[in-house]
Amino acid sequence: MSVHTIVAVGLRRGLFSRFAGRVSWRSAPVILGAVIILAAIVIAITIPWWSPYDPIALAGRRLQPPSLEHWCGTDALGRDVLVRTLYGTRYSLTIAALVLAVGVSIGTLLGAVAGFVGGLLDSAIMRLADITLSFPPILLAMAIAASLGPGLVHTAVALIIVWWPIYARLMRAQVLNVKGLDHVDAAVVSGAMPGRILFKHIVPLCWSPILVNMTMDVGQVILLASGLSFIGLGAQPPTPEWGQMIAEGAGSFYSWWIAMGPGLAIFLVSLSFNFLGDGVRDFVDPRSRVST
Amino acid sequence: MSEKRDNILDVRGLRIAIPGQDGERVAVSNVDFEVARGEVLGLVGESGSGKSLSMLAVMGLLPHNMQVTGSIRFDGQELLDLPARQMRKIRGGRIAMVFQDPMTALNPVLTVGAQITEALRLHNPSLSRRALRTRALELLDLVSIPMPERRFDQYPHEFSGGMRQRVVIAIAVANDPELLIADEPTTALDVTIQAQIVEIFDRLRREKGLAIVLITHDLGLVAGLADRITILYSGRIAERGEIEAVFRRPRHPYTAGLLAAVPSIDSTIARLHAIEGTPPSLAARPPGCQFHPRCAFALPLCAERDPDFQWFGQSMAACHRAGEDLPMIGGDDGR
Amino acid sequence: MLRVILKRLILMPFLILGIVTATFVLAQFTKGNPLISIIGARALDNPDIVAAAKARWGLDKSVPQRYLIYVDNLAHGDLGTSFRTKQPVLDDLADRLPATLELVICAMIVGAVTGILLGVISAQFRDTPADHAARLFALLGSCVPMFWLGLLALFVFSVQTHLLPGPGRLDIRSDPPNTVTGFMLIDTLLAGDWDGFVDAFRHLILPSLVLGWSVTGIVARMVRASMLDVLGQDFVTMARAKGAGEGRVLFNHALRNALIPALTILGFTFAYLITGSVLVETIFSWPGIGSYAVDAARSLDYPAITGVTIVGGLGFLIANLLTDIAYAAVDPRMRSAA
Repeated sequence: MSVHTIVAVGLRRGLFSRFAGRVSWRSAPVILGAVIILAAIVIAITIPWWSPYDPIALAGRRLQPPSLEHWCGTDALGRDVLVRTLYGTRYSLTIAALVLAVGVSIGTLLGAVAGFVGGLLDSAIMRLADITLSFPPILLAMAIAASLGPGLVHTAVALIIVWWPIYARLMRAQVLNVKGLDHVDAAVVSGAMPGRILFKHIVPLCWSPILVNMTMDVGQVILLASGLSFIGLGAQPPTPEWGQMIAEGAGSFYSWWIAMGPGLAIFLVSLSFNFLGDGVRDFVDPRSRVST
Repeated sequence: MSEKRDNILDVRGLRIAIPGQDGERVAVSNVDFEVARGEVLGLVGESGSGKSLSMLAVMGLLPHNMQVTGSIRFDGQELLDLPARQMRKIRGGRIAMVFQDPMTALNPVLTVGAQITEALRLHNPSLSRRALRTRALELLDLVSIPMPERRFDQYPHEFSGGMRQRVVIAIAVANDPELLIADEPTTALDVTIQAQIVEIFDRLRREKGLAIVLITHDLGLVAGLADRITILYSGRIAERGEIEAVFRRPRHPYTAGLLAAVPSIDSTIARLHAIEGTPPSLAARPPGCQFHPRCAFALPLCAERDPDFQWFGQSMAACHRAGEDLPMIGGDDGR
Repeated sequence: MLRVILKRLILMPFLILGIVTATFVLAQFTKGNPLISIIGARALDNPDIVAAAKARWGLDKSVPQRYLIYVDNLAHGDLGTSFRTKQPVLDDLADRLPATLELVICAMIVGAVTGILLGVISAQFRDTPADHAARLFALLGSCVPMFWLGLLALFVFSVQTHLLPGPGRLDIRSDPPNTVTGFMLIDTLLAGDWDGFVDAFRHLILPSLVLGWSVTGIVARMVRASMLDVLGQDFVTMARAKGAGEGRVLFNHALRNALIPALTILGFTFAYLITGSVLVETIFSWPGIGSYAVDAARSLDYPAITGVTIVGGLGFLIANLLTDIAYAAVDPRMRSAA
């Protein structure tokens, strides 16, 4: 049973709590993922109001292991690791949202136009996508980040360049599929403008695989972004970004707790988006529940 | 039926159930059939009638979630109680199977020779490579494949459909089985090829005393090859008996309907008769006689009670009105 | 199939040109004096070198002309000089390539073996707890940040328990063998240095496992899907009907067929492993291309990072080509269609 049926049934009964016992174990990961993501978003937004310490100021003695005062210990500069990890949610979620919003917009737009118009424009766009895709993502991102200079914004630019072709390909394939459907022919025959046909009759039918991919990709964006920060090309100190924090943890090797918080955070968030992605797939394509 | 026959396969009260969330679904129930050595049994029914499931049950190849009960005796030995290891020895050794679609029954990435020798080696681990090859070539020759030497090292995609089916048969008879189960062996083939395959079956039966269960929905094929026939409908036996008796005088309206749907050269009827409606799905089996919703002669009783078998000397039918002289189309009497 | 490979071969020069052009365009965005990245900051004071470099890279010419010169230099294997190592980039890369290849190949083996095994288990025991456990394990590998996992692995297995050696390819106190192939496992054996071989092997364990696990998920997902497809086919039932045991049915009949479509992800896996190797090499101080790229990017060593990018792109193209060839070689239907 997928999230939407659960929600639908829950709403119909008006009793979510009564329903809890009937949640099938199949959907447990989806719910877990959704809860963790929701929590991460809430933390990202509200953390300044309730954080016990400043993320970039001294909070206690240096390199203290986890204690009641500092649940995840303190780092080499005496900052609270847990607070920094919680603040890190802001950077990772923002960069993922930014990269996917811009990357998917550019990619789907170019892909839709390529698939719809065809011909030379199609070839030009898709060859550009091919070339971009023929670089291992991290090398391309590193080259871009290196030429633009380090920094989170540049990381985002690099990741957008890495990500758009994936969505251009996906959208183009979708548009080509939908283009042949009857209602599109009907719109063409009735003399609708090409732009209208594309955006009113074709594109709205193409979103489901894009949505699924986007959910699954959030984790990948976060992993790559934090990876770039880890090697020093993304967020710079003292930003409490997860990859950057792990790099600091690598510097104080014996204080394992410094890297533990951000490491687990990346892992949890990326896993949650994968779980949620399964739910989204079931939602948009009920058949997938049977086959995969 | 007389119990003095030398039955190689004797199936009694076979029941196959698929447990599900909303209770179990019974795919096959109360099915009996038997085959004697050198005899051909035609197992006839539409798709979903349970004929293939029944034979997979004999082979012990049903998916694990299906529950099989009843009795399947092979040469006096109860197969349902047999440990997996011993069942494997029987499979492909004493009981072999020919599949419906030769295009998918062969492994596309292994040579034909490798697939034949595998069957041999699994049951005779001590055979040398040369002996395996010699025997495989003999088998290819037996099923009339020209130039076996060259064919041995080729892949299935280099064979035509009819040739592939011969290879499948060669694999099936590799270990001189006593029983051959042929699941719609000619359905996927051209008519001319069908005749050749039938010829091979007939020869194997005559020369090696092979017992064959022929699963099919092609009554013409059954008429040409089978000694006896069992007609399944919706997981139950509708009618069974000696082939002449059943064809001459069908006792079950379903059998009559099937016979009426077979084109025949000497037919005097102007058109073929199709049976109206479709068989019930596994999820929605009707109460009473399975056939009653489609039956032209159905009585109120038919919707209530499952009919018992009535015995007619050389055949038996599960129909409440089997004893009556109904104006059924089909069979020689109806013409 | 031969046609597909041919088509790819014909397209390849164009793609390479595209890659080169892309890096050239990127280079135009580089901040600061491009001369710095060619000859290094110190040499800027030497007018002879500056003039020579300008002439060689045509910096006094227009952008299109510069592009042509750039391509010409690349065609002659001149990727420029790293201003960090003061070596030609091509030599640097050649020195470091074997280390990366050794690691990536070992990781590929780890990923392929675990992925195939988990995929087969998943498919055979579909929708049972075994399936779910296998899929979860595979998924975890692609969600855990490698650079953190590597750190953790080093801490646990090397620092705390001393079960495995620390970073690097060999114990620092031992003499490295003569470089023949650049593969430590092979070179130590060629030198007859058994202890060195064991040491090199032990150094490879952690980075290979960490890197390999990251692709387990990709492989397992693909193998599971194609196994499910194959297991439902007649020839699998036929193999059982022959009397073959379940292991034989799974590995000899089903897996052989299931691996053919699974092969298509080899190229993709390679891209993934390159990405991973950059991070894993950094953690394990592995003297390969990945850590070279990181050092280059950190110090804004532009020729070096461009060189790595081009080589990475080429490697990716070659990996895809090899995938196609492997695909054609494994499937007899493709072989004879050629």
